[in-house]
Amino acid sequence: MTTRAHPFRRQATVAALKETIVFWLLRAFTYVILGFGAIIFSIIIYKGSPAVFGSIRFDGAFPFIHNDFLFTKPQTLHIFRYKGELKQMSAAQYYAFTGEGTPETAPAAATPEQPLAPAVHATTEVVTPSPARATNAASALLAPATPTPPAETPAPSAAQPKIDPNDITEHETYSYAAGGIWPQIVGTVLLVIGSMTIALILGIFSAVYLSEYSKQGPLISAIRLAIVNLAGVPSIVFGLFGVGIFVIGMGWNISLLAGWFTLAFMVLPVIITASEESLRAVPRGFREGSLALGATKWQTIFSNVLPYALPGILTSSVLGIARVAGETAPILFTAAYATSDKLPWELSITPNRMHSGFLGYVEYPFLWIHDFALHGVSALPYHIYVVSSKIPQNEYTERVQYGTAFVFLAVVMAIALSSVLLRIRLRNRLKW
Amino acid sequence: MDESKPSAQTAEVVPTKVAAPSPSDKLARLNAPTIIDINNVDFYYGASKALHGINFPIKNKLVTAFIGPSGCGKSTLLRCLNRMNDLVEGTRIGAGSIKISGVDIYDPSVDVIELRKRVGMVFQKSNPFPKSIYENVVYGLRLQGINSKSRLDETVERSLRGAALWEEVRDRLHTSALGLSGGQQQRLCIARAIAVEPEIILMDEPCSALDPIATVKVEELIHQLKQDYTIVIVTHNMQQAGRCSDITAFFYMGRLIEIDATEKIFTNPTQKQTEDYISGRFG
Repeated sequence: MTTRAHPFRRQATVAALKETIVFWLLRAFTYVILGFGAIIFSIIIYKGSPAVFGSIRFDGAFPFIHNDFLFTKPQTLHIFRYKGELKQMSAAQYYAFTGEGTPETAPAAATPEQPLAPAVHATTEVVTPSPARATNAASALLAPATPTPPAETPAPSAAQPKIDPNDITEHETYSYAAGGIWPQIVGTVLLVIGSMTIALILGIFSAVYLSEYSKQGPLISAIRLAIVNLAGVPSIVFGLFGVGIFVIGMGWNISLLAGWFTLAFMVLPVIITASEESLRAVPRGFREGSLALGATKWQTIFSNVLPYALPGILTSSVLGIARVAGETAPILFTAAYATSDKLPWELSITPNRMHSGFLGYVEYPFLWIHDFALHGVSALPYHIYVVSSKIPQNEYTERVQYGTAFVFLAVVMAIALSSVLLRIRLRNRLKW
Repeated sequence: MDESKPSAQTAEVVPTKVAAPSPSDKLARLNAPTIIDINNVDFYYGASKALHGINFPIKNKLVTAFIGPSGCGKSTLLRCLNRMNDLVEGTRIGAGSIKISGVDIYDPSVDVIELRKRVGMVFQKSNPFPKSIYENVVYGLRLQGINSKSRLDETVERSLRGAALWEEVRDRLHTSALGLSGGQQQRLCIARAIAVEPEIILMDEPCSALDPIATVKVEELIHQLKQDYTIVIVTHNMQQAGRCSDITAFFYMGRLIEIDATEKIFTNPTQKQTEDYISGRFG
């Protein structure tokens, strides 16, 4: 049966051809982008996940599941032949194995990490052996073939026969390559929490002022424009700003505090702009209804506007979190240590008892806060930078590079996810 | 928004809860003391003049209805009475004064917050807060720092009974107010307004978004409320003004054309414009 000629018959026109080409072009571009994204993510997952999941270890000591890649400090990788057998060990494990450098007094067989590559910034803290903390490192194990008893078991070093150093041949060490990124994870989380807290407080306050209190005029428009433009300032400029104002100006040196404020200022524009949007989206009736009942402006905003704008503000802060966690440049000069042998809460340089004038020695129980805030931290993005460009590259560094990148992605995702969950909870409670 | 046909039907349904007052009664009530004195008020939105020399008193414990076509300034005048127009930038009273109980409410010494506690408002679009019914009603009290459970419970019951809503919601006081129907939401807003015990309640087209049944309920409520409160109601619906007000003021183009007892306005208006509007020739 032949198709009858009718006026609506599909014909091969130039317009139809263009339409097809445009459709396929758009589709191709989109999928190319998606494809690259997928490739990047799968490489990171493929190469990074073994570092994390491969170092899961089950044994008797609390908390029963151990992961030396995630929960130890950065360690040097030792590669050597022991009686002809090739072995890979982390520093802690190596010293436990050889018994070398083990203090006789310390029951747990461990020494603090070795100094790291000289190319790295000389910000390494002075190492003071702390046996309680070192136990963690002592249990580090890279080669499952050579099990080391968990450090918590009584006097493992005594049970371990001291080996003959002559049995070790072809001994090589590689800085950082044994993994251990716990200080970096902690640092990143601390930086994100602190700077987002500061940014949200400052951002919401100024958004409330701009959208609810200020008289709209040329000045306010100029301020708003300036804020929007700040969002486009490169992050390294914020880093230098942080150096000028906080590190040098306020005299905070390279510290968590300086990093918090630098990162907070970096995400403020995004948060202010988005908060203003969310505040404007709250129906006018809520404000009028509240004011008509004799509420003051602040009462109205606090109890009847802000709660309903909060889900929107949190949505925008998810973006901020990704940026805060991901940026290396702003913390490069303000907060990041290439490595630190102590976690922020383990630092107590300042003694609790201080001589304060005629009062004599006075107890200051909260001085640890001072030490906590005024020391730098290690952070995941900076660690990636360090392990991929500041130390000699070899076949063993790849593991820690991809492992760190993988963990970094997971941390950012976890933080963003918790923010999304919080938002959903809030939204369910405050639906209108 | 004029639902003339359904409202005409419901007009017959309205059960007059209050016994129809005798004419002499009515007259006596029209001579009630003045509570709001509007004195030659000019009002501007920026450069454009919205009200031209409005001048009339509002009587205590009577229902005064403002009628007139859209844009005639009736809502603007209503919102002047509790200074809600302060929220709109660029508005000002050009001349004249509004006195409530003898006090000029635009005097710099007046605390707007106190004013709004005494002059409650119900809006055109019902605006319950996205909280529980209970929290909606006690909102105004919590603002005043009253948190005693017994006091709040008592107020909730009194206000909801006052707004003829108690029987319908007593079992779900702690569920969201947004689960209520449109009419219930509007009555909840009225309950919320009377919870803070104002003297005057301003209603800005309270029934324009409601169906006829809900409208009847709100109108009944207005009948009850006028025992205790002075009510000023803006409405587009002339039947409604006829049914529930004692005094009607007709506005046109920002001017007060005529004000009189409602029956007089609707049966025997003195101005031609009033007659034209009421008979539906324009507006």
